[in-house]
Amino acid sequence: MTSPLVTVTDLKVHFPIKKGILAKTVGHVYAVDGISFDIMPGETIGIVGESGCGKTTAGMAMVQLTPVTSGAVLWKGRDMAEMTRSELRALRREMQLIFQDPYSSLNPRMTVRQILSDPMDVHGLFTGHQRKERIDFLLDTVGLSPGQADLYPHEFSGGQRQRIGIARALALDPCLIIGDEPVSALDVSIQAQIINLLKRLKRDFNLSLIIISHDLAVVEYICDRIIVMYLGKIVEAADYASLYKNPRHPYTRTLMSAIPVPDPARRTRRIILKGDVPSPISPPDGCRFHTRCPDRMEICHKQEPAMRRFGNRHTAACHLYTDEQAEPVENKPKAKEKIS
Amino acid sequence: MDQKTQASILSIQNLKTHFFSRKGVARAVDGVSFDLIPGQVLGIVGESGCGKSVTAQSVMGLVPNPPGKVVGGKIFFHHRDLLTLTVQELRKIRGAGIAMIFQEPMTSLNPVYTIGNQISEMFRLHKKLGKKQALAAAIDMLERVQIPSPHKRVHEYPHQLSGGMRQRAMIAMAMSCNPEILIADEPTTALDVTVQAQILDLMHRLKEEFSTAIQLITHDLGVIAEMADQVVVMYAGQVVEQARTVELFQHTLHPYTRGLLASIPVLGHRTLGKDEDLVEIKGMIPSLYDLPAGCRFSNRCPKVMDMCKNHLPDLIDMGGGHQVRCWLHTREMIS
Repeated sequence: MTSPLVTVTDLKVHFPIKKGILAKTVGHVYAVDGISFDIMPGETIGIVGESGCGKTTAGMAMVQLTPVTSGAVLWKGRDMAEMTRSELRALRREMQLIFQDPYSSLNPRMTVRQILSDPMDVHGLFTGHQRKERIDFLLDTVGLSPGQADLYPHEFSGGQRQRIGIARALALDPCLIIGDEPVSALDVSIQAQIINLLKRLKRDFNLSLIIISHDLAVVEYICDRIIVMYLGKIVEAADYASLYKNPRHPYTRTLMSAIPVPDPARRTRRIILKGDVPSPISPPDGCRFHTRCPDRMEICHKQEPAMRRFGNRHTAACHLYTDEQAEPVENKPKAKEKIS
Repeated sequence: MDQKTQASILSIQNLKTHFFSRKGVARAVDGVSFDLIPGQVLGIVGESGCGKSVTAQSVMGLVPNPPGKVVGGKIFFHHRDLLTLTVQELRKIRGAGIAMIFQEPMTSLNPVYTIGNQISEMFRLHKKLGKKQALAAAIDMLERVQIPSPHKRVHEYPHQLSGGMRQRAMIAMAMSCNPEILIADEPTTALDVTVQAQILDLMHRLKEEFSTAIQLITHDLGVIAEMADQVVVMYAGQVVEQARTVELFQHTLHPYTRGLLASIPVLGHRTLGKDEDLVEIKGMIPSLYDLPAGCRFSNRCPKVMDMCKNHLPDLIDMGGGHQVRCWLHTREMIS
């Protein structure tokens, strides 16, 4: 059995809220509040959720770009928090990022060649005549022509810029790439091109990918495993097929039914949630979804549900299921206690 | 044609809105025609730069001038050409006759006034209500768009509301004078999916309640499929296909529309073993300053023929109101 590339255990990231001249901490934003999962080599994981669910913070904490409050991120078994600065720096070669906005994530004063050379300079790789070869190879890989290497970012369209961002992420032969909403800012026809490119790269380079996205359909297309987050917690995690066929958590179901289907013959009744996502500054007690859950019960606002296992790689945290076998409760209480 | 203009509440005929800049003339909207039928939802779909928003801005007289200018065409609202009206006349129609909501509610609400103030302004200006009555009417509107505790919310500022609530407040403001037409420009694009579902549901119900015709502008064919009765597909400033929604999705004619539909990741497709890779539309949207000579989609079209490169096809009715602008279908009709 192969060991995981990254192991995240009970990761918490809380941001203090400071007020007044003395910058007294008056509260915390519980952005990520105890999440655990593994990433195997060559695996693609999707983290889905709505704004404020902590999906981006989780990704940034994994590469130590945001201070971790508690919990651990292990890279090939080693705790990243215990690494020295130089060790971390060397490690960053193996994990790279792609950002949402292809307009603001490239330096407008640098040519594509400079943008791609930068990470190589930092790590002292591909020097001399290897450099040109490498850049040509990267541009070719992402579907740009080597002749475009001396152009500036503004001379490219949004989709092409995202390709440059991907080439930069690939420059150092990483084993993990984290894409934070990599296709959200793109037009539909361009989005398909980038999704296909990501899928191809994952196959060709045996990459591990983490795709952070609000779009469950995009994630289902690229990822092997999907993690659904709500208010800083993982509510459900499963292989893509298992999640689609058998969503356990009411939030996952709601999310799935909320996506408009491009087929007027399938205008189905959607589950419409009441209200907005509560603030992560004061998340609800018990199950964090209970304020909006269509299936809530008495217990939901008192006790936080534990993560339960359904079959091999499917977990969900919901009181609808019992502990023993994590089978659905036989007699689902008919009179659901409405909490007003 | 005459019958059509009678039945429709808003009739756009051969609208041309161009932008003049140092780089040349950008033909953002270039000969667009369509009709809005009372009580219907007309969806306008297309990618960035296809002219869908500029069309709406032309209707409302909101095209920034300079650099933009409506250079041709007619926009009939109740048999009056909006393009010939004075600023004062147009102002009366905006809000009371035609209202508009935008993508980003934070930038379209005024941050220094309470939402109650902004909504009641509509009643004071268009319905000449007094201050107290107008505020009561504003509270009533907030209630109708399902904002919880409207008595409290009415005194809050836009930044105190969440994104979904702000969009509800925008809708309340737009619907306050019971307009005949609501133009919604990407109303749910900035929102989360679960909130988008709420807003779409709300728009559906308000449409029934107020019997308002909605012109819904979006890039999301999923939203179109849920909401629209009639769809207009735009590409590079022109209408390339128009049909009733079910017809468009089931008998797609234009290669661009087909490409768009095939390129959307649909939830469940991969699990159910449908196409492993998404179909891509090759290349990118042409610059409006440098459009292909013939059909504007010709440089990306998988079915391009020689004639496409030099001759722009006309928008042709293939029967049943299904219109398409493509040489593939003209030829079929002739032969």
